[in-house]
Amino acid sequence: MDKFRMMFQFLQSNQESFMNGICGIMALASAQMYSAFEFSCPCMPEYNYTYGIGLLIVPPIWFFLLGFVLNNNVSVLAEEWKRPTGSRTKDPTILRYMFCSITQRSLIAPALWVSVTLMDGKSFLCAFSINLDIEKFGNSSFVKGMSETEKIRLLARIPCKDLFEHQEIRVAATRYIKCISQACGWIFLLMMTFTAFLIRAIRPCFTQAAFLKTKYWSHYIDIERKMFDETCKEHAKSFAKVCIQQYFENISGEMQSLHRHRSGKDDNGDEDEDKRSDEDKLLGIRAQDDMNKVLWNWHTCKPALALRKDQMDGENNSKLNGKINEGFNGFANGHPHETKKREWAVYYSK
Amino acid sequence: MERLKLVLQYFQSNSESISNGICIVLALVSVKLYTSFDFNCPCLPQYNKLYSLGVMTVPPIIFFFLGVLVNRHTGVMMDEWMRPVGNRSKNPAVVKYLFSAMIQRALLAPMVWILVTLLDGKIFICAFSMSVDPGLFSGVPNNTGLDMVRIMAKVPCKEDVIFQNSSFRKAVSRYVRCYSQAVGWSILLFLIILGAMGRLIKPCFEDHAAFLQTRYWSNYLDVEQKLFDETCVLHARDFARKCVVQFFEDMTEDSILRLPHPSFISKVGERWEEEEERLHGVTKQEQMDQLLNKWYYGKPELDVTRIAHRPRPCVTWQDPGGRTLYSDIMAPA
Repeated sequence: MDKFRMMFQFLQSNQESFMNGICGIMALASAQMYSAFEFSCPCMPEYNYTYGIGLLIVPPIWFFLLGFVLNNNVSVLAEEWKRPTGSRTKDPTILRYMFCSITQRSLIAPALWVSVTLMDGKSFLCAFSINLDIEKFGNSSFVKGMSETEKIRLLARIPCKDLFEHQEIRVAATRYIKCISQACGWIFLLMMTFTAFLIRAIRPCFTQAAFLKTKYWSHYIDIERKMFDETCKEHAKSFAKVCIQQYFENISGEMQSLHRHRSGKDDNGDEDEDKRSDEDKLLGIRAQDDMNKVLWNWHTCKPALALRKDQMDGENNSKLNGKINEGFNGFANGHPHETKKREWAVYYSK
Repeated sequence: MERLKLVLQYFQSNSESISNGICIVLALVSVKLYTSFDFNCPCLPQYNKLYSLGVMTVPPIIFFFLGVLVNRHTGVMMDEWMRPVGNRSKNPAVVKYLFSAMIQRALLAPMVWILVTLLDGKIFICAFSMSVDPGLFSGVPNNTGLDMVRIMAKVPCKEDVIFQNSSFRKAVSRYVRCYSQAVGWSILLFLIILGAMGRLIKPCFEDHAAFLQTRYWSNYLDVEQKLFDETCVLHARDFARKCVVQFFEDMTEDSILRLPHPSFISKVGERWEEEEERLHGVTKQEQMDQLLNKWYYGKPELDVTRIAHRPRPCVTWQDPGGRTLYSDIMAPA
């Protein structure tokens, strides 16, 4: 169980290993999709080749583009490419590095589909059965009287078990084409592996120092973006909390810290929420009409996105940095200070 | 079990991943539903097309509406769109962003259904077997006395008697299935090219800074609504507690019930004190019965101002001159 947790945490720890995880999942999905896909050759001379080669080429293109769509680094790359220079210079080597790494990861699932298809052989059989020389495979006396088109139509039916009557010839031809297909498959795998090996082995001979720098800064951009998003989310949470609290206070017309700030003067304002009494948790709303007003106004007259500074100082000062006036209210210059409410205490006797 | 908890925890970490998770679950449900659905082509000329197009379009529509219903962003978006302006100006970009996010997620499960349908081919064969030219294939069963259209309509049905020992049916099925798979892959390719172009080209055309703002405020609206609901729930709990305590205390003022000792001068041990407090002075069966009766027939009004403002014991230290040095309010009851 711990291993699973560790693996999960490791995969999430940085974007690159997360992408490796996604890449692995896509490769498995590609193999699974191939086995679930029902390959059905049309067994007609006009369509065989298109179908066979189409199924060898179109799904890899699809998986390659899917890799681009699922990879978040694509947006990072595009943004980094398109951003105005501002105070931070742009480094084209970083863009190239990111593009290369995205492309490399996206190539794995297509390569897997192509290898699996070639190893299985059905696609080649469908595409190239017409080009066979049927005499090689056994007793082919039945083709003697046939015209060219009829012969081709017969050959086109070889991939279909149920449409071709002469089983021995069909089996022999199938084995032959499958054997060629598997040979192509192994050659393809060998080429891909060798290319990957060359890239890995030779690259350190050139520009290793520059490469380390590039790798560092591309990771940095990625992590910076993630942290910015997280910080914005945390900020939104604190913003919302304080906004709602002030909204309740506005409706009830009371200052929330009626008794709290008198008794809490010696504490340093870092109140734990649990220490708040029940009374304070009511946020000043104690009657049905007030609560109705709270709920009604929440829809008909939502509060402005501008927090009062005096309230903020006591509460979440650590989280809300600086001015919170970037809301779309355009409160660029105004500080919505309300006049300090007078505290009063009224004691009802029983 | 723990693994499931871990996965659930990851997905609950933020609202967006919950939506993504639900979207993926719906897509998987759609695939599972397709594989377990017992597709029964009627094999009659009048009904084939209707049945198949029905099976191909009605479940996607259902999944689409399910996707919209289940998505949290739908509520947030509608709320933001329909609210009166009030103190907070409205930003149409936020509504558009939420709408497009919701539509994209809701469209996944229907698309998965349609694509699985096309790649499988059964439904296409059922719908379009009559449109195929039988002259392309050899071995047409011509001794059955049925006309061509009816024979072609029977092609999707494997068990039909007229196709015994005939390769005609299989040839036609393969042909139509091949078309169906080609259409399916073309749609897949088209969608993925659209997605890839969108990802690559979008930053060239959009204003990224405005996009960052829109995204922040959409997330803010979502968080705000959640927090507001939570605050209301907590408030309701405290309100109810105070209301009930107030009710019990009102009952103790009734002439039949005796007044309790004020808690801070009671000399009994702490634990006993607490328990006595909780009894609120009701110690006999008749008192309890009367109290329950009153709770049903005369529920108290929704106003706890009185209990909130009752006097609290307060200890004050004064210097010899009579000036207050320090005031300590004891914890409320």
